[in-house]
Amino acid sequence: MSELLEIASAATRRALELGATDAECTLAEGEEFSAGVRMRELENLKQAGSRGAGIRVLVGRNTGSSRTSDLTPDGIERMVRAALELAKITNDDPFAGLPEPEDLGAASGELKLYDDSVASLETDWKIEQARKAEETALAADARIENSEGASFDSHVGSRAFANSRGFSGEYRTSSCGLSVVPVAKSNGSMERDYWHSSARRVASLESAEAVGRRAAERALRRLNPRKPPTQKAPVIFEPRTARALLGELLDAVNGGAIYRHSSFLTGKLGEKVASEILTVVDDGTIPGLFGSSPFDDEGVASRRTMVIEKGVLRSYLLNTYSARKLGLKTTGNASRGLSGNAGVGPGNFFIEAGQIGEEAMIAGVRNGLYVTELIGATANTVTGDYSSGAAGLWIENGELAYAVSEISIAGNLKQMLMDVTQIGSDLEFRSSIASPTILIQEMTISGAGS
Amino acid sequence: MGFTQSFFAQRFGITGRDLESYLSEALSAGGDYADLYFEYLATSSIGMDEGIVKSAAEGVELGVGVRVLAGERTGYAYSDDLSPEKIRKAARVAARIAHGPSSIVRTGFEEARKHNLYPMVQAPHETGLAERVALVRRADEAARAYDSRIFQVQAQYADSIREVLVASSDGRLSYDRQPMARMGVAALAREDANGVPQHGYSGGGGRVTLDFFLNEKTPEHFAREAARQAIVQLDAVDAPAGETTVVLGPGWPGILLHEAVGHGLEADFNRKGVSAFTGRVGQQVASPLCTVIDDGTIGSRRGSLNVDDEGMPTQRNVLIENGVLRGYLQDQLSARLMKSASTGSGRREGYQHIPMPRMTNTYMLAGESAPEDIIRSVQKGIYCATFGGGQVDITSGNFVFSATESYLIEDGKITRPVRGASLIGNGPEALKYVSMVGNDLMLDEGIGVCGKEGQSVPVGVGIPTVKIDRMTVGGTAA
Repeated sequence: MSELLEIASAATRRALELGATDAECTLAEGEEFSAGVRMRELENLKQAGSRGAGIRVLVGRNTGSSRTSDLTPDGIERMVRAALELAKITNDDPFAGLPEPEDLGAASGELKLYDDSVASLETDWKIEQARKAEETALAADARIENSEGASFDSHVGSRAFANSRGFSGEYRTSSCGLSVVPVAKSNGSMERDYWHSSARRVASLESAEAVGRRAAERALRRLNPRKPPTQKAPVIFEPRTARALLGELLDAVNGGAIYRHSSFLTGKLGEKVASEILTVVDDGTIPGLFGSSPFDDEGVASRRTMVIEKGVLRSYLLNTYSARKLGLKTTGNASRGLSGNAGVGPGNFFIEAGQIGEEAMIAGVRNGLYVTELIGATANTVTGDYSSGAAGLWIENGELAYAVSEISIAGNLKQMLMDVTQIGSDLEFRSSIASPTILIQEMTISGAGS
Repeated sequence: MGFTQSFFAQRFGITGRDLESYLSEALSAGGDYADLYFEYLATSSIGMDEGIVKSAAEGVELGVGVRVLAGERTGYAYSDDLSPEKIRKAARVAARIAHGPSSIVRTGFEEARKHNLYPMVQAPHETGLAERVALVRRADEAARAYDSRIFQVQAQYADSIREVLVASSDGRLSYDRQPMARMGVAALAREDANGVPQHGYSGGGGRVTLDFFLNEKTPEHFAREAARQAIVQLDAVDAPAGETTVVLGPGWPGILLHEAVGHGLEADFNRKGVSAFTGRVGQQVASPLCTVIDDGTIGSRRGSLNVDDEGMPTQRNVLIENGVLRGYLQDQLSARLMKSASTGSGRREGYQHIPMPRMTNTYMLAGESAPEDIIRSVQKGIYCATFGGGQVDITSGNFVFSATESYLIEDGKITRPVRGASLIGNGPEALKYVSMVGNDLMLDEGIGVCGKEGQSVPVGVGIPTVKIDRMTVGGTAA
């Protein structure tokens, strides 16, 4: 047993000795590194590690939580006592408690969340990747003469969890990422964009040159934007913006929002809520991905959950608490930092890929928006109202014609889900939320004029 | 109180000599400057949901960050263990940014001047828990009592005490005890059990203690406001789409200034030439009616600090004066490189983070118009009373902020409430369309959180009633 897991188990036992009827304890440690390069020069280097512990106790059905960065025996003792003290002021909650014993466990199989290649990287090599990515972007075009810089980050960590129902488990994770933010300038217009690649092992990273080239292309195509007239038109979301939009759906299927009636999907299980071409899955068991883990943050095995199947809502995402409130079973989506009552978080939450290529999707639009950036998006999960600032390219007669910015797109998520008429084949897992390119048949685009 | 009586000296026995030796270690490979940031953060929160107290949590975090500057380069490392060996190790890691003979640390520290903007209080866990429970319970009851159509309420109270100690290689020593408290209430309303729910939220606080919520802004104040917003939304119609006249109400709508100009005036972006405001000092970037200030010295405000996170006293900085751009927000690094002075704007989320130039409380000075005259002057437009959040692309200058409570203005009168909508504009252009500024400057209630490069810090905003002749509203009613 590792030191982290020993501390977690000991803290759990100590809580019971001091009067808790149940307890669960999380320990985490991590080492972070980042190197930043700007205008070909090293700009910053950061390297450090930290550890933390958190506990949640139950005294009957009253809960209390605390956390600390002091992992000495004294620090842990103070943490346990603080949680017990806090359990005295919360109310008896009939739904509070640890998971049912039969739900505790870990997903089987090798999840490949940790790779030695990340921990053994040389500092100079990491700096060189950032330098190369930025150099490629700067060399791509004479209009790119400035940059906000490039960075290489890496992280290795461990998470251990134990509870008083006999569960204990731990896992290690690694990740590394390379990104660059070039600034393009032309005729008084200045625009930036970025590209980012990240992976759990070094070999899965895109090359520095590919990251630099992609970032440069993205910044360049935003130059000299126009502000199109206000209108209703089809909108194509590229994977990066589609993923952000999918994040809003994640909030709407969160079991916490469902039991509070604060989601427009409350009470819709089994009903058609989206276009029949839309299938949304949450899967915490796909090897090597950022949303994977053997068990969730209350010790329930990760799994694959069909959320929307061909337009029909099949499941919410649930932790033990929201499942009990709704008379359902947990889907292994408990999520929390080190302590506190668990919330709900995704495994790998994604839209299943369709058949059509991105170019064919664009070719099918006579007049519409291809959105490459969303800023300041607001989605009201209660009503489904959605509105966001946007930038992108205008589609004329099936081709990307010119850059547009200073516009917004708006609609209602209920209708937008129904209006997904095409789904691209270009699904890539770049973070725990992933989507291929999607086409929404009609949204309101606010721009020039009324 | 002298340094020897301060938190880190008392609790951890840290002496001036220790600080000098850590700084020497940090500059052992050269460099122009080094600093240490010690932080102890104690947090506590209580949450009420569905009429019962469901959560109560506390936390303690401790650590030190070591920074070395060498030209434009920054080396950074931190430790969550304050033993001398661990701090020295972090100092040696940060030192790797420089290559050369060691630099000299000034001997002897001078205690930095600092303000006295907030109460010196006990850490949260040293005061009573029962009072905190009473606050969330009162909020829950008041929201439900406001209107029978309120059917769900969540109330949260959170507070923290942060102890900081900053020591720099040029002999500056600074320490501060920074309280923060905040209440938030969310309410859901519906006409009947089959009705479509609507959401309302209100919250506030500042560098205050629990007493503030007993004497100044009570739980009932926030609860009724959250409930009122949810009820208003029951009758809301779709927001307009396209360019129209926008009137911003006083207070929280000041987030416009934070997004439209504040971020673009942070010195790091301007030093690098990547802000839409780069090179525009002295130019007209707003209507002559606009004077915009960033002020970290307002008593008890959420964005205020006695000293910034680099140990400098905060200031009242004029960003825009009568429409003309006056200056940038500087931290140590940008000030050194731009041959300017720190404006007390160096801030960081905590000891694990590198400081950056950031805003504190950003607001526009009051003008001369009566708010009712401003509304009466608008034939057709929208009035925005409350906002959710916002975001800016500092390079193009385009920004967005989202209204959560707004109304149509028809023939000089506020009429129907409209659903949430984004407002979109371009930083150096948007404020040129300001045609009237009210005499009713108000600061927000104290719930702002600003994010930049992954770091969150508390901020404040404020604005009087303001009329903007042209702005793009992102609704659906085309």
